[in-house]
Amino acid sequence: MSLYRDEGVVLRTQKLGEADRIVTILTKRTGKVRAVAKGVRRTTSRFGARLEPFTHVDLQLHVGRSLDVVTQAETLRPYGEALIADYPRYTSGSAMLETADRLTVGEKEPALRQFLLLIGGLRTLVEGNHEARLVLDAYFLRSLAVAGYAPALESCARCSAQSVRAFAIVAGGVVCGACRPAGAAVPAAETLALMVALLRGDWPSADASESRHRTECSGLVAAYLQWHIEHGIRSLRHVERV
Amino acid sequence: MYEGVVQNLIDELGLLPGVGPKSAQRIAFHLLSADPTDVKRLAHALLEVKEKVRFCRVCGNVAAEDDCRICRDARRDLHVICVVEESKDVVAIERTREFRGRYHVLGGAISPIDGIGPDDLRIRELMTRLADGQVTELILATDPNLEGEATATYLARLVKPMGVKVTRLASGLPVGGDLEYADEVTLGRAFEGRRLLDV
Ligand SMILES: [Zn+2]
Ligand SMILES: [Zn+2]
Repeated sequence: MSLYRDEGVVLRTQKLGEADRIVTILTKRTGKVRAVAKGVRRTTSRFGARLEPFTHVDLQLHVGRSLDVVTQAETLRPYGEALIADYPRYTSGSAMLETADRLTVGEKEPALRQFLLLIGGLRTLVEGNHEARLVLDAYFLRSLAVAGYAPALESCARCSAQSVRAFAIVAGGVVCGACRPAGAAVPAAETLALMVALLRGDWPSADASESRHRTECSGLVAAYLQWHIEHGIRSLRHVERV
Repeated sequence: MYEGVVQNLIDELGLLPGVGPKSAQRIAFHLLSADPTDVKRLAHALLEVKEKVRFCRVCGNVAAEDDCRICRDARRDLHVICVVEESKDVVAIERTREFRGRYHVLGGAISPIDGIGPDDLRIRELMTRLADGQVTELILATDPNLEGEATATYLARLVKPMGVKVTRLASGLPVGGDLEYADEVTLGRAFEGRRLLDV
């Protein structure tokens, strides 16, 4: 019997048979793991809420033929408890989990940076010091960057010219006047500055931004994300801005 | 792979919730060897349920008529509505004999990751029911898991301005589970000890 131990964040759960669930967990060392949690839907389950989405858990798993089986789970931090009390934060957190799931394509391929980014994103969301949608947009930009899709924000995505004036998703970010494809959006300079601040984690600048630039930024980031992730992020439709 | 009709049956059974390819095959071969009258009775029950059973136009519970048995029952308390995710939760709560009000079946829980938002549930219908001011207490009995809790908080926030008392089943229902698996005693106790939701 082959056992291993890891910690991870529960990304999603699906019902399996009568009372079991398949849980998808982004772990620190192993990468994304899909495992069976037996009897977890019974109200007497020893797992309780430990294998619910958003929970950061310490796990012991048994390697199975197709799916591994969770044999032990201890809560490290129950992020879900804080998130469900606040609908905009809950929907933003859901969009983070879905993105983490979609950007880690292979199972059991180590994805330490995506794991750390997700933990950081959830923690920031729960702490509540910044607007939920800003936290989400920062997470989107950074997880795209880790996945190799960082948008060009400071020089032309095509020719590296320093004077940029439009944002073109197909080109991979901002573009100069000469490289600008037809139909590219022309966002405010403050919006592009906000995207840079979010990608770098410059919260003082991001928090000081105006709401119209935040809205424009969210629109561009969402469009950029949906372009890079096939079939898009379903949760995004339900994210509310307060 | 089996001969056409047998494989068809296996494929159809495999679409049912909780039935994997192996179970589908097992059920199919059970049906093949079963008495023809038993199989006819099953086929008839399947067709009948689709023809005769509807969803109650008031509460969304399964019903044999326009309104379900509970909404038609004049002895039920009109001032209390208990909100549940599925019709099977109505059955679980009825078993406890603790609740004498009416129900509202949402048809699921808010789960953005599965693409289910408030507009995909029977929330607008609930607001309509609350609009006439007759209901004084709304009991939120969604599942004690993450999606159920998120749905309860969302509803509490939405209903608060209407001045209706909003309560949630007492803990004692371990979080993480499905309501339908709670035993009658635990569920009954959860009803008695329901707490005011403060949002
Ligand atoms: Zn250029
Ligand atoms: Zn009814």
